[in-house]
Amino acid sequence: MPERELKKKQAPARTETAVEDEAAQSSDKAEALKAEMDELLDEIDEVLEDNAEEFVRNYVQKGGE
Amino acid sequence: MRTSVTGVAIPKVCGIETEYGVHGIGPGDSNPVMASSLLINAYVTEAQRQVGWDFVDESPGNDARGFGPEGAMAPEVETHLVNTVLTNGARYYVDHAHPEYSSPECATPLQVVLYDRAGEVILRRSMEAAERAYGAQGRIVVYKNNSDRKGNSYGCHENYLMDRDVPFPRIARYITPHFVTRIIYTGSGKVGSEVGNRERRDGSRVDYQISQRAEFFEEEVGLETTLKRPIVNTRDEPHADPQKYRRLHVIVGDANMSEVATYLKVGVTALVLTMIEDDWLERADLVLAAPVKAFRQVSYDPSLSTLLELASGRRVTALEIQWELLDLARKYALERGITTLGEDPETARGVLDRWESTLSSLESDPETLDRQLDWVAKRKLLQAYRERHGLSWDAHQLAAMDLQYHDLRPEKSLFARLPMEKLVDPDEVGRATTEPPPDTRAYFRGKCLQRWAGAVAAANWDSLVFDLGSDPLRRVPMMEPLRGTAAHVESLLAGCSSPAELLEKLGS
Repeated sequence: MPERELKKKQAPARTETAVEDEAAQSSDKAEALKAEMDELLDEIDEVLEDNAEEFVRNYVQKGGE
Repeated sequence: MRTSVTGVAIPKVCGIETEYGVHGIGPGDSNPVMASSLLINAYVTEAQRQVGWDFVDESPGNDARGFGPEGAMAPEVETHLVNTVLTNGARYYVDHAHPEYSSPECATPLQVVLYDRAGEVILRRSMEAAERAYGAQGRIVVYKNNSDRKGNSYGCHENYLMDRDVPFPRIARYITPHFVTRIIYTGSGKVGSEVGNRERRDGSRVDYQISQRAEFFEEEVGLETTLKRPIVNTRDEPHADPQKYRRLHVIVGDANMSEVATYLKVGVTALVLTMIEDDWLERADLVLAAPVKAFRQVSYDPSLSTLLELASGRRVTALEIQWELLDLARKYALERGITTLGEDPETARGVLDRWESTLSSLESDPETLDRQLDWVAKRKLLQAYRERHGLSWDAHQLAAMDLQYHDLRPEKSLFARLPMEKLVDPDEVGRATTEPPPDTRAYFRGKCLQRWAGAVAAANWDSLVFDLGSDPLRRVPMMEPLRGTAAHVESLLAGCSSPAELLEKLGS
């Protein structure tokens, strides 16, 4: 599919400092995302149905439509 | 570029019907039909006067291929169950053993997102109202998903207005590859498999799949919706002028929590149907050799690398089929312009752009769509939880999380905890629970119910029946989905002080 290739734009050439800055920023960002996910997982531990096995077993539906 | 030719495709008026999972958590037996009725009754009692739905024109047994209902399948008329029409133009009722919300007819994909979200708000209010009204017996939880993980599936159907003149086999031929491959962005994700684990010959297991629904489909084309489900459903019940229109009833979709997923599901499908209607796909080499098998293959492969066999012998990935459809749609938009997703061509352009950026992200790294797509967001969450607790994919906690992602209670919903991208304003969603969309016939239906519910004896998609207290009942047909809009009837309605006056002015 030639057209598809065109859609992938070439990144402009960047200076080394810009690349370093970006690397630092992205590691900060990764840290922040990890902290966010950890917080979310703590919360899930709290709200997850008490007895997961029983909850899943009791969740029975009739087929629909 | 050729000179611009106006396409013959008609506006893709569309709507979504969602059957919600219900789970009683109060004491005693939990009967799903009863639970569904309690939810709807409680909501309607609190929210508005109940209006009976008119079944006169409903004929779910008719077949788009031309023949009548098969002997084995009687029309499913359930007038004894709770069934109501809301002032936003939606229908809210018990279907089989589920509460079902059918959105009003919408003119644009974003409007569908708005009214689909409004449906969730209505179900949430129903849960609260049921507990207030019925106490412990009314403690019912609602889930917006498609399976109970035990092989029982319930649907989220889409409906699109089509020109009656388009041959049905053409629709089936070209919409099938789209239905099979669109799940790479419309899938809601599911832990494990309800049919796949035992079917795979190489002994491998399905840990996580893209779609909730895909593996329940067993036929390519057919009338059924509950047994031997077909990828293309032939139910022919236009709910509009049957000489001019058909309603394509789509049963393959997953119920989405993500707004972006719903937007793409409806928007891209409307684009593809527009192209089919205009015979734009006639030379496209996209017909799958084995669609039912391909549907499962795509769902079972979150790496998106599986090659699907086409009837021509060519082998392509789901993503490649989507890229080819997008390229065709871009060319179509350039040559003909697209005004079938709303009068403003910007509406279609918005869908095209989002479609393209989504495919690009899926190609480079699906994980980057963790705020846009359900299957990606859910998988990321499950992966992180799995790693934290050292769980295997068949752990009960992961199955529970899979269900709880779709729980509509804000305090329990996992989806609600994720920083997902929003396309519609929550205040607008609130208004959409009671206000109809302005640019389809749902406007007339909703406004009449707002003002004169007591005089409406019955409401259907394509008619309103008034009871003015003197015989006979007066029926107002609404056979044109794009008539009865605010532009048509707002001042007419404003100028009437009673339903009798309205009927007199309508001359019916």
